[in-house]
Amino acid sequence: MSTNATALNSGPKIVMRRQALVLSGLMSAASAMLIGSMLAIWLQFRANAPLRESSDGSKMLRDWLPENIKIPEVATNTMMLTFVITCVMVQWASYSSRRADSKHTTLALAVALLTEIALINAQIAVYMQMDIGVRDSSYTMMFYAITATMSVLIVIGLGFTVMTMFRSFASRNSDHDLVLAHSVYWYSLAVIFATMWFVVYVQK
Amino acid sequence: MSAIDVNSAMNNSGTLSGISFFSKISSWLLTTSHQRIGRLMVSVSLLWTIAVVVVGVVLDVERISSVSDLIDSTSATQLFSIFRIGLIFGSITPMTLGIALAIAPMQIGSQVLAFARAAAFGAYLWFFGMIIVGVAYLGNGGPGGGDPQMVDLFLLGLGLVIAGLLLVSASIATTILTSRRAGMTLIDAPIFVWSSLVTTVSLVLTLPVMAGALIFVAVDHTYERATFGATDGVNAWIGWALTSPQIFLLAISSLGVLAQIVATMNKGKQPLRGGLFIGIGVMSTALIGTVTQSFYSLQLNSELNDIAKNLLPFLMFNALPMLGLLIVLGLCLLAMKNEKAKPSGAFVLAFFGVGMVLTGMLGNALLRISDLKLSNTVFEEAVLIYIGYGVVLSSFGAIVHFGPRIWGRKMPTMPVIGLGLLGVLAVVLAALPYYIAGFTDQPAARMTGELGDNSQIWNSAAAIGQAIFLIFIFAFVGLVVKTSSSGEIADEENFETVQAN
Repeated sequence: MSTNATALNSGPKIVMRRQALVLSGLMSAASAMLIGSMLAIWLQFRANAPLRESSDGSKMLRDWLPENIKIPEVATNTMMLTFVITCVMVQWASYSSRRADSKHTTLALAVALLTEIALINAQIAVYMQMDIGVRDSSYTMMFYAITATMSVLIVIGLGFTVMTMFRSFASRNSDHDLVLAHSVYWYSLAVIFATMWFVVYVQK
Repeated sequence: MSAIDVNSAMNNSGTLSGISFFSKISSWLLTTSHQRIGRLMVSVSLLWTIAVVVVGVVLDVERISSVSDLIDSTSATQLFSIFRIGLIFGSITPMTLGIALAIAPMQIGSQVLAFARAAAFGAYLWFFGMIIVGVAYLGNGGPGGGDPQMVDLFLLGLGLVIAGLLLVSASIATTILTSRRAGMTLIDAPIFVWSSLVTTVSLVLTLPVMAGALIFVAVDHTYERATFGATDGVNAWIGWALTSPQIFLLAISSLGVLAQIVATMNKGKQPLRGGLFIGIGVMSTALIGTVTQSFYSLQLNSELNDIAKNLLPFLMFNALPMLGLLIVLGLCLLAMKNEKAKPSGAFVLAFFGVGMVLTGMLGNALLRISDLKLSNTVFEEAVLIYIGYGVVLSSFGAIVHFGPRIWGRKMPTMPVIGLGLLGVLAVVLAALPYYIAGFTDQPAARMTGELGDNSQIWNSAAAIGQAIFLIFIFAFVGLVVKTSSSGEIADEENFETVQAN
């Protein structure tokens, strides 16, 4: 007997509930606006800094970065590279999670956690090598404010990684959205850091 | 109490009547019900509204006579500041977010709020942040305050407020984006939901910008007190968030409330419904004010080239959001005309609330015309009062309209209409005299010296307006409390209309 005549049409498509992913996107946007606004103020102060002669007298420079401050380029460039490695690791986690491979997901997240700790370590190394005080000048005050804010965002991401890793460790294979949300946060953090790295550490 | 909370309460104790007083209190304080979190936010924001209006009364009474010495000049500076900060961060922002928390999930068919605990945490961050802000003000620690430690405390409190509002906004936006009932696209969502989404996303994008400036100011104030201007730098660096066009963003949900009420009155029939979405979207262009943090003025008494050069940014920053409001208002009036709908109490409050916001936006456009020389006069304060109190009026309209969905009882139409008209009279009396006094160069945020008889008249009228607004709020709250417990029971039809477009 044919059931075609009496069969009901399929119901409306169920809305995908990717709450973690959407929240992560919103928080990433908020983080970008936060650091973006701080960089804008940084650039404004740098542009308005008075001019001074360079040490060899050949050109005029903005009197922004105090002469006695040397930015440790090895440590800051290492931070940038560590962010790239972190992005690869979270992508590995996301790839594994999509295939319900909790072992690989956990391993990838554990490696990502290590690289994130390395980021914090590198930031502390930068502070120690520069050896400057918050009160020394406008530059140092703003330097600490913006880099410490970035570090707070990294620590939040670190907590996010720990939570995602433990859930993966407990074989919650249905948590792909969470792993994806974690990836989105770290990708956006990498882009935000890259911008800050270029303005604060490269352009100075 | 939502269905979920009723069930959990009954599971724990077997019967609702068996719940002890303390467990009832803790069930409210630790709730994850979106309705309860929203109602808590609205209730506390009402307290802040009352506090702010009391400050407004004191300031306006003090201004009446140049020999009056109710408050000294230091306190006056702090009171002018707390009026602005309290109105924006203590009253209208949490009130609009609280209403969105309580209503938007129901309208999209979601039983729960996304990340409800984060929203509750955000609500508490805001609550305690505002307490810290209030304490700092009491200790002379607001912007321009004389006690450095209290200023640090103020900056901390404001940071908590921003973090709290950000969390609540993100939770509402996530709920609307992810938890709509099957088959409901964003374009099918009720117009109030759309306005809530636009408001919350706008706040998610703009509050961090304020936080960024606040971090610099706080670090500077704690360690150096030179680069960002110490206590006086607070207003200089975050002042943009306390004035137009940023405050236009807080009025977006007022448009949603009005359009929702009109749609319900017309049983969902709204000509050019997409236009409402566009109008609300156009109003959100006020976001770009966050990026530039500048005022775009127009000088009419200059070369034609200069006028043409300044006209576009002037219109973009000051007139474009107004265009969005006019689109929504026009479409709502069109819907009313077509259906010959009978105005309800909620409509009166929401309609005049939006009208007050429009008057404030018009005033803002005039303020930015340099030739009129209205900057730094009380005209600026009147713009804030029109917009801030307008949002309060329309939020009250939302409470009247959506309240029956929450506590199951209707509010009586005639008393609400009467109260609404009283509220409108109060806002006009509180703000319009300052529009006039602005043209006579009465300075903003200062106690006035010898100003002559006319200024006394305007200041007296404004003080009376503030006092009437205070009475209006008390009367409205009283009416809500009374009808929520002993009012006429709302029928099922009323429930259904809440979800109408």
